[in-house]
Amino acid sequence: MAKIKFTSALKRFFPSLSETEIEGRSVKEVLYNVEKIHPGISSYLMDDNGVLRKHVNIFVQGDLIKDRNTLNDLVNHNDELLVFQALSGG
Amino acid sequence: MSIKLLAGTSKGLIVLINSVNNDWKIAEVYFIGLPVSFIYVDERTHTWWVGISHRHWGEKLHFSLDEGKSWQEANIPDFKNYFYRPGKPATLKKLWTMQHAGVDKPGCLWLGTEPGGLFFSNDYGKSWELTESLWNHPSRLNDNQWFGAGKDFPFIHSIITDPRNSDHVYIGVSCAGVFKTTDGGKSWQPKNKGLVAAYLPNPTAEVGHDPHRVLLCTINPDVLWQQNHCGIFRTCNGGESWDDVSGENKFPYYGFALAIDEQDTKTAWVIPVQSDEIRIPFELKLTVCKTTNGGKSWTSINQGLPASNTFDLVLRHAFVKHKKTIAFGTNNGNLYISDNVGESWQLISHNISTVNCLVFS
Repeated sequence: MAKIKFTSALKRFFPSLSETEIEGRSVKEVLYNVEKIHPGISSYLMDDNGVLRKHVNIFVQGDLIKDRNTLNDLVNHNDELLVFQALSGG
Repeated sequence: MSIKLLAGTSKGLIVLINSVNNDWKIAEVYFIGLPVSFIYVDERTHTWWVGISHRHWGEKLHFSLDEGKSWQEANIPDFKNYFYRPGKPATLKKLWTMQHAGVDKPGCLWLGTEPGGLFFSNDYGKSWELTESLWNHPSRLNDNQWFGAGKDFPFIHSIITDPRNSDHVYIGVSCAGVFKTTDGGKSWQPKNKGLVAAYLPNPTAEVGHDPHRVLLCTINPDVLWQQNHCGIFRTCNGGESWDDVSGENKFPYYGFALAIDEQDTKTAWVIPVQSDEIRIPFELKLTVCKTTNGGKSWTSINQGLPASNTFDLVLRHAFVKHKKTIAFGTNNGNLYISDNVGESWQLISHNISTVNCLVFS
């Protein structure tokens, strides 16, 4: 099991979102399982083609993921994932 | 029932109500802080539809069945397994406009997007299907015919259903031009004869035009108007040919916003911009131009509008008319309303952030 935390900005759209223990051996698998708990959240994080949105960042154990296109970065048991929004102006 | 004005701004959906004597007040704010990309009120069901263009989370679609008291999020269309160009997957960039598909087609909706996708729903937005006949139109695949204008990709900003026959639909694409279907979307034909694309090697090309806004006269649906990148045009034959009805000495000529009269096919209003290169009100004076003779001549209306040093632009969906009331909002957050068919204007608010779109409900 990994642990995933989300930016508080997402709670506006998914009020029940909270730090969660979740299965998954890759970022893609973890997010697939998050979608089961919070239907619709995938479309907030990824575009039509499953690519991580430009202004969304995911960190695994403190490191920004490398594969934004297919989200195949590995996730190990007890890893911590952080889902943040990137900084932007306006 | 009192009329409401819905203002889609870069910082939320603002609902204004008119109590008495053009005394418009902000009554509600929804989606506060979020950019509203479009608003559509479906006259069949009185459903309010709103597109939200999140900075971080992509495009979203919401609807309300009770005039904003409660909202539900609808599914958004997607371009999964479609390619903008061979080898280049298409991705939804923006929701631009919605239109019901006819009173004889309950539950059916059209949705126009960037990058140039026209979606259709037959279950009131539960699911969306890309209109492949348009997506696969040979012109869309040609970089010289469909291309971005101020955006990276072409976008469908105007969808108009002919009230006499819901299988007849027009779309306006920047840049590509006007297209029409007469078989409910099975096939599409460009309708750009008479338009001018001064930025192309061949200004009278069949496709490659930039209609900023297209509107149809419901009282005579063969008459359509468009504020184009290269002037103002009008057709009396359902788009078979367009006449340039720009003003003398190119005033009015350039601009984005257009309003037309519901009862008189020869009456329309535009808000002129200096030029493509200098996007300010003509000579820094915010002016509404009106014609009552089909564009043969235009008169300026300035009463109530700032007479100098004004830098406001009115975007293509931010100019609307309902009976005697006309409203426009600007990119500087100013909202003007006229309750006497545009003869004089009143500043309602100057603090509401960029006005992307207005709709009366």
